[in-house]
Amino acid sequence: MKKFDPRVALGVAIIGVICLVWLLVTGGLIWSTLAESERSAIVNAVGPRLFLLIGMWAISLVAVGAALRWLVGYFMTAPARLYEEAQVLLGTNVKRQLVPSGSLENRQLTNLINQLVQQRESLHEEMDSRVQEASRNTELEKSRLAALMSELTKSVVVCNLDGRILLYNNRARMQFRTFSSTPTVGGVEMIGLGRSIYAVFERTLVAHALENIQRRLQRGAATPSAQFVTTTPSGQLLRVQVAPVRAILENTTDKPEMTGFVLMLDNITRDFEVESYKDRALSTLTEGSRAALGNMQAALEVLEYPEVDDAMHKRLLDVLRDETQVLAKRITDLKTSSAENFMSRWPLEDMLGADLIAATTKRIESLGLVVEEPEIDKSLWLKVESFSLMQAFQGLAQRLHSVFGVQSMRLRLQGANTNHVHLDLMWHGEAKCTEQLVGWEVEPLKIGNESTSLTVQDVIERHSGALWCERDNDKGLVFFRFVLPLASPQEQLDNAALLKTESRPEYYDFDLFQSTEQSRSLEDCNLTELAYTVFDTETTGLNPAQGDEIIQMGAMRIVNGKLLQNEGFDQLVDPKRKIPPESIPIHGIQPEMVKGQPTIDKVLPAFHAFAKDTVLVAHNAAFDMRFLQLKEQSTGIVFEQPVLDTLLLSAVLHPNQASHRLEAIAERFNITILGRHTAMGDAMVTAEVFLRMIPLLAEQGIYTLRQAREAAQKTYYARLKY
Amino acid sequence: MSHTVLIADDEPNILISLEFLMKREGFRVLVAHNGQEALDQIANETPSLILLDVMMPKKTGFDVCQELRAQEAYQNIPILILTAKGRDTDIAKGMALGANDYMLKPFSTKELVQKVRDMLGSVA
Repeated sequence: MKKFDPRVALGVAIIGVICLVWLLVTGGLIWSTLAESERSAIVNAVGPRLFLLIGMWAISLVAVGAALRWLVGYFMTAPARLYEEAQVLLGTNVKRQLVPSGSLENRQLTNLINQLVQQRESLHEEMDSRVQEASRNTELEKSRLAALMSELTKSVVVCNLDGRILLYNNRARMQFRTFSSTPTVGGVEMIGLGRSIYAVFERTLVAHALENIQRRLQRGAATPSAQFVTTTPSGQLLRVQVAPVRAILENTTDKPEMTGFVLMLDNITRDFEVESYKDRALSTLTEGSRAALGNMQAALEVLEYPEVDDAMHKRLLDVLRDETQVLAKRITDLKTSSAENFMSRWPLEDMLGADLIAATTKRIESLGLVVEEPEIDKSLWLKVESFSLMQAFQGLAQRLHSVFGVQSMRLRLQGANTNHVHLDLMWHGEAKCTEQLVGWEVEPLKIGNESTSLTVQDVIERHSGALWCERDNDKGLVFFRFVLPLASPQEQLDNAALLKTESRPEYYDFDLFQSTEQSRSLEDCNLTELAYTVFDTETTGLNPAQGDEIIQMGAMRIVNGKLLQNEGFDQLVDPKRKIPPESIPIHGIQPEMVKGQPTIDKVLPAFHAFAKDTVLVAHNAAFDMRFLQLKEQSTGIVFEQPVLDTLLLSAVLHPNQASHRLEAIAERFNITILGRHTAMGDAMVTAEVFLRMIPLLAEQGIYTLRQAREAAQKTYYARLKY
Repeated sequence: MSHTVLIADDEPNILISLEFLMKREGFRVLVAHNGQEALDQIANETPSLILLDVMMPKKTGFDVCQELRAQEAYQNIPILILTAKGRDTDIAKGMALGANDYMLKPFSTKELVQKVRDMLGSVA
């Protein structure tokens, strides 16, 4: 119902009064000019009909009221409504068409406002799409960079000025893993996003390098960088090159300020060994030989003196014989031991033997020959120059075909000793290992119709290898045997690990450039800016006090509000006790799975290192913490960091919900559960849940760690103790 | 008066020749097989000249040089260093530590003898 408008009443009253006054004044004036008889006639005529007069007055007032009401609605209410609606449009981003009403002008105004809203809307959309476009490009470039980094063969780590890691590549991660002195339990990394590089390198070393760079920057050097060499806990020698990351300048005349630094790492342990070996060998050759030659020359010259008696003569000859032997032996030793190190090396690459075989097979098949299923030791990594090696195989295959009509051959790869492998090209045939076969070694290779200047011998020499032809009479096989270098074990490990890890471009977080070291205590930090270790344990049972033990630990890290998919901790633990059969359906860990796994006193230190400088988060944390605390005495590992419990936080957020089980919460947050009831799976779900809780907590005015902990403590579940 | 020459070298193969050569010059010869022995010998009897090898066990020729020159009594004994260490820095070190001259192995025995004569002559 329409509200009664007081303005209408006021208008009606004013018009009524005016009419009344007009009637009275006009009537009074007429009255004063009338004769007595006329007056009585009017009194007689009007008197009984006065109600008619008043009635008509009242009726006209009603008509006036109706007219006024319409006028107010038409000329006043409509603009007022328009004003309110326009205000809503102004204050919000609501996209709405206003319905024109009221006067023509008002309707025109409404249409105009609608058009303005339309225009604003399209401007918004355009802006949004531009922002999206721009950020997509940035994202694309970021991931391109990260992808590039992950393919680099050099280890690269980028840090902000506090030494927090904001980008690293896979190579760096693998390298650091081999440097770690802690047992490689749970895949603990020495580096990770947001972690401090000073856990790896001494702060003073890096600081010194940065100082040098700073000085060079101030001098205006174009490419300021610094280097240092350091040893890792495991005794490896690293050469580290430090280059500055400079702020992008708006004003080109400003001196660029350093916002972070890039570390490029080279493991020079091997180079260093080779170099120092060369040095030693060289000094043995020069200085050692000098002494021997000195002795010989002196003895020779003395021999010429006539005073030399027979005894002396014999002694001098002994000296000569002696020293000649010393020299000869020295040279022989040097030759055998340094053959590998002194060879000026063709650049050889690590390659998985199976890959080399596969590629070689294709090459030979391209000549129209048949290559049978190879015999391969798939674990072997070779150090080869694959292109020329494949050319050698191809060339030999082609010769075999054209000279002996061999149609089908087979490749075989097997380890020879700790340093070498045998790579054989085999065929069935009567051919003897004649000089003809051996002669191919030194002839230029011909592949298809193309001749090259390369010979098989060249290829062998590049690899410091050997080649010969052998017959296996039992099997009726003839084969060329290539002896090729094996990749050294360290490098093998690297590559195998690299292969397993996909090069996902995930190892970066440039937002960390902006964050600086917290001077506030953790407690007063915002929940959004803290680093967390979200973890879960699987146990043999629920009563740690009665001998139940941890059998699995899983953890993920949250840095800068992001769950780091690549930096997890996942470790089975040998509980050194029986796993109750009734618990197996829950965690799915069979007794044989934990056999040979590290015990808790090995795993806890690793987990402690993993969780360093972070807040611990777990679902029903009291339970997990109880297990950890009971191990404090025996392992000496104490977890002093603050702990947050997603179960308690859930009770804070949704006090009216019946269940605060992890599944129930995950469902509430629409999180897909994978691998529930493995420690890692649960840790992941908990982490996802926790990430979604942070903004909801903020809505309730819970921003800091202290506030979150206080709120959690107040909830009912806080009284629950295990 | 005949001169006394101390030959300090750990290699018997050079000692044979050096001893022969010095004796042939009419010098009395003392022999030491390492640095410490050389110092002991010198403490016992001050030689007129020392032929000093550098790379010796116990104490190197450099050590011997340095210790001798640190003592007033041995400031002026001529020291001729015989060395297989051919680097400039090693030679510079020997001279800096107080050797009077050096010879790089292999050397001509005639030159050695001449050098010893010269050095003894300038002392005498």
